[in-house]
Amino acid sequence: MTETFDQWQFVIAAYALGGATTLGLAAYSWLAMRRAEARRDKVREG
Amino acid sequence: MHGFANPARFLRIARWATPLCLLLGLALATWALVWGVFFAPADTLQGDTVRIVYLHVPTAWLGMGGWSAIAIASFTEIVWRHPLAGIAARAVALPGAVFTALCLITGSIWGRPAWGTWWVWDGRLTSMLVLLFLYFGYMALDAAARGSQQAGQGQSRITAIFGLVGAVNIPVIHYSVTWWNSLHQPPSITMGKSAMAADFLVPLLIATVGFSLIFGGIVMARMRTILADEQAEARLRRKAMRAQAPGAGEAW
Repeated sequence: MTETFDQWQFVIAAYALGGATTLGLAAYSWLAMRRAEARRDKVREG
Repeated sequence: MHGFANPARFLRIARWATPLCLLLGLALATWALVWGVFFAPADTLQGDTVRIVYLHVPTAWLGMGGWSAIAIASFTEIVWRHPLAGIAARAVALPGAVFTALCLITGSIWGRPAWGTWWVWDGRLTSMLVLLFLYFGYMALDAAARGSQQAGQGQSRITAIFGLVGAVNIPVIHYSVTWWNSLHQPPSITMGKSAMAADFLVPLLIATVGFSLIFGGIVMARMRTILADEQAEARLRRKAMRAQAPGAGEAW
């Protein structure tokens, strides 16, 4: 018996996971940086 | 080189380089992935699943490149005691682990239609999984070392030593497909030559540059986060000390 696959389902799954994870990590790192720098500036001023 | 290890100089460069790397990287990676999905041809043998290569190869390169960066930074930290090198190594660990995990997952998704299985315990896949565990170990060790440092037990070099020792796995990953029998294909791109047709190679190279820029942007953002946290903590500690003993000096 031979299995048949819709190859596009695998391509879409890989791209969705890769794209969402990369964007999520970039956004998380950027927001954490902004938060940490704002906290440092606040501590400096206070 | 030592001049660039100055935190103030690093922050001056990173202030404009961080958003530039992230935005340029996102633009290039998006362009390459759209090219790979809609305009690059399907492979004669693998069909449309070959399009996963435009994501899988950059993540593999960055997983291995990330640990190489940790090893170089760890060496610099041990030999020259540069605090920025230790911060760089810490900043690389999380994105390195995430891209290694992405490499394993996209490879598994590719393997099911191409090989007929999600996973095999061969040299390449197993050594890449070991790399992911090394990243987890590095992050756990770093958290523990910083905990004991905050508890006043002195600065630990154990994470830097672990970063150096773990680099042994990088050549194992690279040569695994030539040392052992593997379902994984041998390297398609080596120094100065490629077994890939230009139709596949050009979007792959653009994707690799794009993801590398994103990786660089993330690392710089994380380094800035660590530096800002350390500066805030140092300031708060001095304030607390001044409150107890008036007349303490300023450093940051």
